[in-house]
Amino acid sequence: MSTIASEATGHHGTDSAHDDHHHHELGFWQKYVFSTDHKVIGVQYGVTGLAFLFFGFMLMMVMRWQLANPGAAVPVVGGALRSLFGSVVMTDAGALTANGYNVFGAMHGTIMVFFGVVPLAVAGFGNFVVPLQIGAPDMAFPKLNMCSYWCFFVSCVVMMGSFFVPGSAAKSGWTAYPPLAGIADFESGNIWLNGQTIWLLAMVFNITASLLGSINFIVTIIQLRAPGLNWMRLPFFVWAQFVTAFLLVLAFPPLEAAGFMQLTDRVFGTSFFMPTGLVVGQQIAQSWSGGGSPVLWQHLFWFLAHPEVYVLILPAIGIVAEIVANNTRKPLYGYKAMVYAVFSLGFLSFIVWAHHMYMTGMGAKVATFFQITTVMISVPSVVLLTSLLISLWGGSIRFNVPMLFATAFLPMFGIGGLTGIPLAFNAVDLYLHDTYYVIAHFHYVVAPGTIFALFAGVYFWYPKVTGRQMSEFFGKVHFWGSLIAINGLFFPMFLQGMAGVHRRWYDGGVTYEQLIAPVIHWNKFMTASAALLALFQLAFIWNFVTSMFIGKKVGRNPWEATTLDWDTPTPPPHGNFDKPIEVFRGPYEYSVPGAASDYLPQTQRS
Amino acid sequence: MSKLLPFFTDKEVPYTVAARPDTGLYSAKLGIWLFLASEVMLFGGLFSAYIFLRLGAEPGYWPTGLLNVPVGTINTAVLIGSSVTVVFAWAALKMREFLKYKLYMAITILCGLFFLCVKLTYEWPAKFEHFGVFIKQSAAHKYVEFLGDNSKGDREPRWEISGHLMHAPKDSPYRQQAEHNASKHAGHGTEHGQAAHAGDDDYVIQVDAVNAKPDAEENGKPSFWPRPISEKSAVIHKEDVESASAFLPRHSTYFATYFLITGLHGLHVLGGILVFAYLWLPFKGGALLYKSNPEHLANRVEVAGLFWHFVDLVWIFVFPIFYLL
Repeated sequence: MSTIASEATGHHGTDSAHDDHHHHELGFWQKYVFSTDHKVIGVQYGVTGLAFLFFGFMLMMVMRWQLANPGAAVPVVGGALRSLFGSVVMTDAGALTANGYNVFGAMHGTIMVFFGVVPLAVAGFGNFVVPLQIGAPDMAFPKLNMCSYWCFFVSCVVMMGSFFVPGSAAKSGWTAYPPLAGIADFESGNIWLNGQTIWLLAMVFNITASLLGSINFIVTIIQLRAPGLNWMRLPFFVWAQFVTAFLLVLAFPPLEAAGFMQLTDRVFGTSFFMPTGLVVGQQIAQSWSGGGSPVLWQHLFWFLAHPEVYVLILPAIGIVAEIVANNTRKPLYGYKAMVYAVFSLGFLSFIVWAHHMYMTGMGAKVATFFQITTVMISVPSVVLLTSLLISLWGGSIRFNVPMLFATAFLPMFGIGGLTGIPLAFNAVDLYLHDTYYVIAHFHYVVAPGTIFALFAGVYFWYPKVTGRQMSEFFGKVHFWGSLIAINGLFFPMFLQGMAGVHRRWYDGGVTYEQLIAPVIHWNKFMTASAALLALFQLAFIWNFVTSMFIGKKVGRNPWEATTLDWDTPTPPPHGNFDKPIEVFRGPYEYSVPGAASDYLPQTQRS
Repeated sequence: MSKLLPFFTDKEVPYTVAARPDTGLYSAKLGIWLFLASEVMLFGGLFSAYIFLRLGAEPGYWPTGLLNVPVGTINTAVLIGSSVTVVFAWAALKMREFLKYKLYMAITILCGLFFLCVKLTYEWPAKFEHFGVFIKQSAAHKYVEFLGDNSKGDREPRWEISGHLMHAPKDSPYRQQAEHNASKHAGHGTEHGQAAHAGDDDYVIQVDAVNAKPDAEENGKPSFWPRPISEKSAVIHKEDVESASAFLPRHSTYFATYFLITGLHGLHVLGGILVFAYLWLPFKGGALLYKSNPEHLANRVEVAGLFWHFVDLVWIFVFPIFYLL
C-alpha cells in the first residue's frame, strides 16, 4: 500500500488542473431556467412552493364551502370548476360530489405537505440561505441541485396531470392507506392512467428530488463552511436545515419502498398490502393472492410521515430563531441547548411513528412504547419553544413584519404542540382519532405555525433576493388579517372534534346532525373565516409581486444582522461573496457591551 | 430581469477533488456515503416488509426451496469478485497505471453483465415457466397424494401443488402456457395420459419432486441441487383451487418480495454498469479525464466503487433470505 500512497501523492500537482474553466456569459436558459446556481434554484423552489400552497388552499376553500353548504353549488366559480375537473368531481350544477370531496381532500394534503411546505421551507429557504450563511460559493453539487429541482418539477406536472385522467386524481387520502388505495380508481379500466397509480409515480419523482436535495445540504454544510465557521458558530437556521436533511435522507426511502410495493399491488397484482379474503363489491377479491398486510403500509408510511412532521417544523423554527435574534437585538437564549434539542428531536422523531396507528389494534405493549417516546419528544420541542420565548425577555423588540409573524408563530405553534399531547396517549386517542380535533392540532402546527414562519422568512430575506424591501403597510394588513382569520378557521375545529365530528364527513355532518347539533353551526363560521383568510392573502400576493418593482431599495444589510448571508452584495452575485470570508465570532453577537455598534458581523475581527 | 437576479459571475466550488483538511473527505465521497445511507433505508424498508410478511404468513403459505441454489451461488461469487476487481481498478489509477485500470474495469463490467444475464435469461424465465396452485384447505383431503398428510402436524402443512402446467381450465389466462408446455412435452415422446382426460374445468400439472413424494424425508429439508421435476401429474378441479398462478409476482407474497427486491437490486446493478461504462469509455468525464486530472478520475472510480460494494452487500442479504432460508 505504501507504494500506492507515494505514487498517488507524487501526482497531486495535477489536482488543480481543472479541465473546464470557462468564464463566458451564460444564456437566458442557463441563467434562469436550467440554472445550477443555488440562489436561482432556491427561488424556483420557493415560488413553486408558494404557488402550490395557494392551489392547495383553493382546493380547501371548495371543500369548506361544501362543509358549510352541503350540496350547494360553489358560488362564482362552480361552472368553471365543473368544466375544468369534470363530472367525477363536480355536479352539473357546480357542487362538489362525494368523490370530488375525496379527490380534493387527498390532493390538499399531498400538495400542502409534499409540494408546498417542504419545497418552500426546506428546498426554497434552504437552497437560498444555507450556502450564504455558511460562506460557501454554491452548494457542493450544483448540477445535482438542478436535477433535484427538475425532478421535483416533473413530479408536479405528473401530480397535476392526474386531475385530468379518467376518474380524476387520487381519492384515498394523502396517506394512501391500502387496501382502499389498492383497489381505488380502476373504474377507467386502465391500470396505469388512473389517479392513485399516478399519485404513486409522482411521489417517486418527488422523493428522488428530495433525496438529491437533502444529500446536497448535508455535504454542503459539512464541507463548505467558511474558515473559522466552526460548528457552534453556525446560525441556528443551518442547524435546523442540517437535521431536516438527515430526516429526509433516512425517512423518505422506506416510503419509496412502500410506494413501489403499492405500485406493484396495483399494476402487477401482487399482494403486499392485500389481505387474504379481501371482500370487494360483496365478493372475495380474486385478483390478489392475499397474504399481505395493510398495517405494513401504515408502518412504512408513518416511518416517513412522522419525521416529515419535523421536516415541516424544523426549518420554520430555524427561520424564527434568526428573526427573533435579529429583532430582539440579543443573542438567542440557550443556543447550545437548542442545538442539542434539535438533534434529540431528529433522533426521537424516528421512533414515534406508530402513535398514528393506535387504532390498528397493533397491541397494547407496542402502543405503550410509542406513547412513551411520543411524550418524550415533547421535551426537546419545549426546549426549542421555551428558548425562543425567553429570548424575547428584556429585548427592545423591533416589531417589523418578519418579527410580527415570528412572534405570532410562538403561541400558535404552542397551541399546536400542546394539543398534541392528549393525542399521544393511546386511551385518549381512541376517542379523538380521525376527528376534527386532530385536524385542528396539526393545522395549528403547520398553518399558523410553519406557514407563518415561512411568511416571516419571505419578508425577511426578500430584500436579499430582490434588492428591494416589501411594503410594511401591506405586510401588517396581511399579518393582522391572517392571524385573526386563521384562528377563526382552526380553533372551532377543536370544539367540533371533541364533540366527535369526523374528519371524512363530506356533508359537514348533516347526516349525523342530532349527534353533533351543538357544534355543527361552527361550519359556517369556519368557512367565513377561511374566505377572510383568502382575502388577506391577496395583500401578500400584491405585496410580493409589486415590491419587486416599486419596493424600497436596500443595501447589503437592511436588518443590521450578524450572519454571513447579510455580508454579501444585495442581491448576491454568482459565487456569492465579493471578499474572502473568514469567521471570527458566533452567530448572534448583538448588543455586545463595549462594541461600537449593537451588532458584530461574524466576519468582524474585533 | 437580469437586473433583478444578477447572480452570475464565476467561482469554483471547492473540495471536488482534493479533501477538505478537517473532514478528510472530498465532497463526492461524503455524498455517496449519505446516498448509501438512504439506500440502506430503501432496502431496509423492503427487507422489513419481507420479515413482516413472512412472520405474518399462515403456515404453508411461504414457500421455500424454489430457487436454484447453485446458480445463485455462482452469481454471488461473480458479484463479490467484481467488487474486488473494482478496487484493483481504483488502485491501478492511484498508481497511474492506466492500462491496468482499463483491464480491471473491463472485468468488473463483464462480471456485472454476467450477473444480469443469468438473472434475466435464466433465473427469472425459469420462474415464469413454473406454475403453482394453492388448494383450498377444505379440499386438501382430495389431494393427499400430492400435499401429503397435513393432519400429522410433524411439518409445515402443504397447500400448494407446483410444477409444469400441462392443461388449464377454459377461462384461465394460462391456457397458452399450458398448451405450449404440453406440446413441448409431447415432443419428448412421453405419453401424458391424464392431460387427455382433463375437462374444461381442470388444471393438469406435472408436479415437482416435492409434490410427487410429499411425505418423503428428503423433501422436508432444503437441498443444494435443484430436484428434477417428476413424471407424475396431478389433475386439479377448478373448484378446489384457492389461487393459481405462474411463478410471477402475483403468485404469492413470497414471489412478490422476491421479484421486487431482486428487480430493484438488478436495476442497481444495471446503474452501476452504466456508470462504470461511462468511466471506462473515452468520455470527457470518463477515461479521458485521466489525461487532464487522473486524481479526479480515481475519485470517481472510488465513489462508483463504493456504490458497487453496496450493491454487492445487498445481494449478500438477498441470497440467504430467498435462496437458503
